[in-house]
Amino acid sequence: MNIRQKRKAESWIALFCSSLAALFGLFWLVFILTDVLIHGISGLNLSLFFNDPAPAGVDGGGLRNAFVGQLMIIGVAACIGVPVGVLGGTFLAEYARGRSLARVISVLADIMVSVPSIIIGTFVYAVMVKPLGHFSGWAGAVALALIMIPVVLRTTEDMLSLVPWTLREAAFALGAPYYKVITQVVYRGAATGILTGILLSIARVAGETAPLLFTSFNNAFFSVNMNGPMPSLTVSIFQYAMGPYEDWHAQAWAAAFIITVVILVVTITSRLIIRWRYK
Amino acid sequence: MTAMVEMETRGLNFFYAGTVHALKNINLTIARNKVTALIGPSGCGKTTLLRCFNRMHDLYPKHRYEGEILMQGKNILAPDVDLIDLRSRIGMVFQKPTPFPMTIFDNVAYGLRLKGIKKKQELSELVERALKHAALWDEVKDKLFASAYDLSGGQQQRLVIARALAVEPEVLLFDEPTSALDPISTAKIEDLVMQLKKDVTIIIVTHNMQQAARISDETGFLMLGEIIEFGATEKIFTAPSEKLTEDYVTGRFG
Repeated sequence: MNIRQKRKAESWIALFCSSLAALFGLFWLVFILTDVLIHGISGLNLSLFFNDPAPAGVDGGGLRNAFVGQLMIIGVAACIGVPVGVLGGTFLAEYARGRSLARVISVLADIMVSVPSIIIGTFVYAVMVKPLGHFSGWAGAVALALIMIPVVLRTTEDMLSLVPWTLREAAFALGAPYYKVITQVVYRGAATGILTGILLSIARVAGETAPLLFTSFNNAFFSVNMNGPMPSLTVSIFQYAMGPYEDWHAQAWAAAFIITVVILVVTITSRLIIRWRYK
Repeated sequence: MTAMVEMETRGLNFFYAGTVHALKNINLTIARNKVTALIGPSGCGKTTLLRCFNRMHDLYPKHRYEGEILMQGKNILAPDVDLIDLRSRIGMVFQKPTPFPMTIFDNVAYGLRLKGIKKKQELSELVERALKHAALWDEVKDKLFASAYDLSGGQQQRLVIARALAVEPEVLLFDEPTSALDPISTAKIEDLVMQLKKDVTIIIVTHNMQQAARISDETGFLMLGEIIEFGATEKIFTAPSEKLTEDYVTGRFG
């Protein structure tokens, strides 16, 4: 085998191995998605959206309470997480730019992003659920907000850093105070990037179960009372999938399907925003 | 006829980050309603000097000024000077066009709104006047509410000039305003600068010596942070008193 044949063989082996690895990864991904799709669609029906759960063991009923609970928890989480994340990122990129404090917070936020969400859940359990003595929707929202904050903060910081300095100087040169430079010029320049970060962070928390198990727990009844246990789709999926009833399994599949589709849509939307903005 | 003095530097020294001595004992007078050009090789301090006039250096830590810059008899380097007020009196145009990510109209209205002008009628009148002043009105009058990024580089540069003019500054600082532009856009900006001097005092930093010769009334030649020669442009380019100036303007170095 001469050198040229040897190189060709090596190239072929490398191509083969990497293709195989890609196919292996893709196979499971497609497997999971089609599984969710097939089982989920068959479990879909209107009653899922308009009825609350039937008593255990009785067929029928739906997950209306869980849809509403999930939306409320995510909504409140976003109301806490987005402002804190955006303002924190603004502090890092603008007021603390170049200071070692900013670098330390950035690194800590990066670590926070990869902290297992169950740890956030137990933390909120310890600081909110335990002292108050009961599970609550608020605690669930706080747990999700804590997961969102570092994501939003880091994207905001990165996006603000991408806005050229000369743009800020131009605004200063017109006699603008710093807060107006940030809110009227820099935010506009970074708006799509920040919005994308917010959407991705919502997509990230929409699928969380572990932090909610310890905080908002679950509720078999319709409830809009954030002070008490609140149902959510992800926890319902967990509970129904573990349960003994066929009907529960079907509803869990349908809920899994819906949540997957929603996250997919949010993610694709944010990708489209990026592409539209930076084309 | 002696021209009125708009600004005057007295023993101006400037230090970056506390130690780098970027400007050394600068003494010069900027005549009102004239174009004063600052020329010199890269790193000579001409942009640094320009950025002293609107205290742009104050955005960055650890800088230090020494000496005085007088404007109407008042030292603008004094600690009690209101930078927001100063910068609304001294506009600046940068090397690369810096339109804000908003519409053409909002760009020009930006400084006006900062000044608290809110009435729609008044804003549109002032915006129109500024755009006409910057010789851009005819090109943008039908798309005032399009993004400023849709304009060409030369149009963007005239847009930011209009934006600076809208607040009626007394002095306009230009930092190599044409170095990113093609020759036709450059010619338009040069014409504009020469027209504008009847309303504002202009200080322009340029790398292009022909440009300085074409459009300026007075020229300062800087090297290594020092003013080597300052005087009427014609004299600097035809009969400089310093050997260094002659070598530079004839292209022997730089």
